[in-house]
Amino acid sequence: MQVYLDNNATTMVDPLVAQAMGPFFSEIYGNPNSLHKFGTASHPALKKAMDQVYKALNASDNDDIIFTSCATESNNWVLKSVYLDHIVNGDKNHIITTEIEHPSVYAACKALEEQGVKVTYLPVNHEGVVEAHVVKSFITDKTALVSVMWASNETGVINPIKEIGEICKEKGVLFHTDGVQAVGKIPVDLQDVHVDFLSMSAHKFHGPKGVGALYIKDSQPLSPLLNGGEHMGGRRSGTLNVPYIVAMGKAIELATTDIEEKIASIRAKRDRLEDALLELSDTFVVGDRENRTPNTILISIRGVEGEGMLWDLNNAQVGASTGSACASEDLQANTVMLAIGADNELAHTGIRLSLSRFTTDEEIDYTIEHFKKAVFRLRAISSSFAKVGPTPGGESKECELHFH
Amino acid sequence: MAKNDLLGASLWDAYSNKVTTLMNNPKHQGEITEEEAASHGNRLIVADFGAESCGDAVRLYWEVDPKTDVIVNSKFKSFGCGTAIASSDVMTELCIGKTVQEAVKITNIDVEFALRDNPETPAVPPQKMHCSVMAYDVIKKAAGLYLGVDSESFEEEIIVCECARVSLKTLQDVIRLNDLTTIEQITDYTKAGGFCKSCIKPGGHEEREYYLVDILRDTRREMDEEKMKAAADAGTKGNFESMTLVQQIKAIDAEIDESIRQFLIMDGGDMEVIDVKPSDEYIDVYIRYLGACNGCASSATGTLYAIESTLKEKLSKKIRVLPI
Repeated sequence: MQVYLDNNATTMVDPLVAQAMGPFFSEIYGNPNSLHKFGTASHPALKKAMDQVYKALNASDNDDIIFTSCATESNNWVLKSVYLDHIVNGDKNHIITTEIEHPSVYAACKALEEQGVKVTYLPVNHEGVVEAHVVKSFITDKTALVSVMWASNETGVINPIKEIGEICKEKGVLFHTDGVQAVGKIPVDLQDVHVDFLSMSAHKFHGPKGVGALYIKDSQPLSPLLNGGEHMGGRRSGTLNVPYIVAMGKAIELATTDIEEKIASIRAKRDRLEDALLELSDTFVVGDRENRTPNTILISIRGVEGEGMLWDLNNAQVGASTGSACASEDLQANTVMLAIGADNELAHTGIRLSLSRFTTDEEIDYTIEHFKKAVFRLRAISSSFAKVGPTPGGESKECELHFH
Repeated sequence: MAKNDLLGASLWDAYSNKVTTLMNNPKHQGEITEEEAASHGNRLIVADFGAESCGDAVRLYWEVDPKTDVIVNSKFKSFGCGTAIASSDVMTELCIGKTVQEAVKITNIDVEFALRDNPETPAVPPQKMHCSVMAYDVIKKAAGLYLGVDSESFEEEIIVCECARVSLKTLQDVIRLNDLTTIEQITDYTKAGGFCKSCIKPGGHEEREYYLVDILRDTRREMDEEKMKAAADAGTKGNFESMTLVQQIKAIDAEIDESIRQFLIMDGGDMEVIDVKPSDEYIDVYIRYLGACNGCASSATGTLYAIESTLKEKLSKKIRVLPI
């Protein structure tokens, strides 16, 4: 059996989505900006996709939702355009973001720092949550933008976007949220929260890779990142990616229709998996279960280094993820684990399991069995875990979870 | 960056078959107890080495025959990724049968080489070399415990790049001998900085005492200073043509002060050096006459000849004096 539990990285394309986009590769292929019938033939499908996205997010017709290539583009667009519009030519010089943002926000902020922008990287609490009162305390009259992700890609922890949005509105500060891990997973109602900008990506909710969108409230001015055309009302140049936009519309519709039922189903499987894995000694899961996206578990297993665990899971045909140590080129510990106060060793043990609506009960059972086997094998090798057991000439020590 | 670097590959694709095999089935994983070692009349050594900043830790067990110093058995425990476990396993194997004094000469290069499927192909991707470095460090630690000495005493040189085991002195020598000016050249000549890259500059996955950028800068500065000093020494010895421009101007001024100016002043005149321009054939000295010399009939003939021949005689035959 093969089990895919890395749905926070990307998802399979829903067969219905693939079916919807198919005709736009070889049958209805005209450039939508062309005046002839080949071009205009795609207009109804594009309009439908637009309607599907607006409806899924409950966006107002006064808002703009611009299709982009991905959420990385959307995030960069907001940050760099706010820099151009409000910092270079204005009297503000400050951006607030967090320590747990996706690199497309974090690295973009680092790049802006080199241009002289002052950036505050807010910490999270021990549950991994960015607290609204902390955001409020750092806003000054120099603050141009607050950027806080809606839900964490690593932990699934959901941030208080409604409260933060209200604070930003009250203070007159622009508010951007990276909604990549929220859209399609939990209800996102843009009439219920105040956000000026929201980024999303289709491949996180069973759409294809290579298409995303940026929500811009009330057609807020924002310098275009790409110049050279009048596509999307001049806001984002580049010939419209018709099949992928159609696919995104279909994908978001499928993900958000009856979303509460979908959430309940995924959550039940996730909780069963989580309960079973927590039966292992010296393990813990980051974030309160109720305040997480229903598909995500970030579990730490004392004594088991992340890549070693991924290796064994991969051998068992289970695809998971780790942001820790040797799985990435920079060899750094899991930054989110560090941000919540885990010690270095624990920060190298985080394994992320992320389900989708296609995950089955049989796959959960299979994962539980092979996950436990891997932990037993790697703990038998582990020098770190040996230290908490009998040591030569030493006494047995009780394992503790060490926090700073 | 080039075509082959544009699409990232899986780290695991770069592991040798030996790494994969040992990760799945390490042969020397486990512990040796005091009782077990004592029952053979041997001494147990347990050494821990860990670098939590990169998520690796290893515990090495040696059972050593105290009469011969031979490591008769060795096992390990490892908290780490696939390459850390495989490196620890092969490191343990390399120790068995060697004396402690021989084992301490095993380096991370030996460990990585033993993990290769063939001699030409690295066993691990560059960023994974640090895992074999840890194997080297824990051996030193164990040997130190056995011999009752500081493990650092086994390191005769300052190692800058632990992955490639390149010392500070080697780097300085290579930069000097080959007149290297870039980090890429250093990597080409020595392999330093070619693996995990932590030694290139601050900000890598682990902090280092020495970085290649600093060594290159400091060595180049020393080379420049030495060159200037050599030029200055050459100047004091009268080697005019090897002087720097500033030194040449100073030498000309000094010579004019000593041998020429007094005669011009006696006639109510003077001169100044405007510029010096060397070329392949001549070293042109541009001068301007002052006072009575300015406009004097002999300033383009006798006086000019006297100045030029004095400078030629005292400093260089290539000097040509041009009044402006």
